[in-house]
Amino acid sequence: MRTTIVHAPIDAAALMAEVARNSNGATVLFVGTVRDLNDGRPVNGMEYTAYRSMAEREMADIAHEAATRFGTMDIVVEHRIGVLELGEASVVIAVAHPHRGEAYDASRYVIEQLKQRVPIWKLEQYEDGTREWVSAGSGKREEGSGPIGTHLDADDDSVVEAR
Amino acid sequence: MTVTVLLFASYADSLGARSMRFDMPQGATVADVLGRVRALPGADRLPSEPLMAVNERYARGTRVLEAGDEVAIIPPVAGG
Repeated sequence: MRTTIVHAPIDAAALMAEVARNSNGATVLFVGTVRDLNDGRPVNGMEYTAYRSMAEREMADIAHEAATRFGTMDIVVEHRIGVLELGEASVVIAVAHPHRGEAYDASRYVIEQLKQRVPIWKLEQYEDGTREWVSAGSGKREEGSGPIGTHLDADDDSVVEAR
Repeated sequence: MTVTVLLFASYADSLGARSMRFDMPQGATVADVLGRVRALPGADRLPSEPLMAVNERYARGTRVLEAGDEVAIIPPVAGG
């Protein structure tokens, strides 16, 4: 298990390799990326900041909780901070488990908890040159975001399952 | 006793500072520290009950502080 905040681009393949083990039959790789549109406004970049020490502590707590709930220690999470361009990965979660059900569930648990608890903020940079803190509390991003009421923008994410 | 207050993101912008120190009486709580911050210019933009943390853990307003504690006022998180 490993969780960390990084500045450099995240190497998703390296995270996937890190959780690989012959006893695991399923690996779920979650990659959250910077999207070009928010609330109808064109976005051309994002700056992430964090309360780094607390963010790393919360991420470690979340990984431990997922390990206990879903029965795997093969969980690696990296969240990037700094200025990111469109399409770049802001967060990558690699989970491996003997079975796919638990791997998916653990991956989902980690991202949903991360979005609720980890003290990270994003300053969106719009095409018109203005910048604005994304406010999870405003509710403006929660509309139509999917079946789970607690997540904020799951539609900017991609999930790949590898065997 | 001295406690440090950390501000982030929109809250840091509103108050024009990322950290500050307050001399608090013994027995002071998280809510007491928040009250001191509220007296500062720009603090009117803080919500009525912001998320708070003490020494990197979320904490309630009733939490009693000790000398050297690091209190953070946490804007709505937006990671991922």
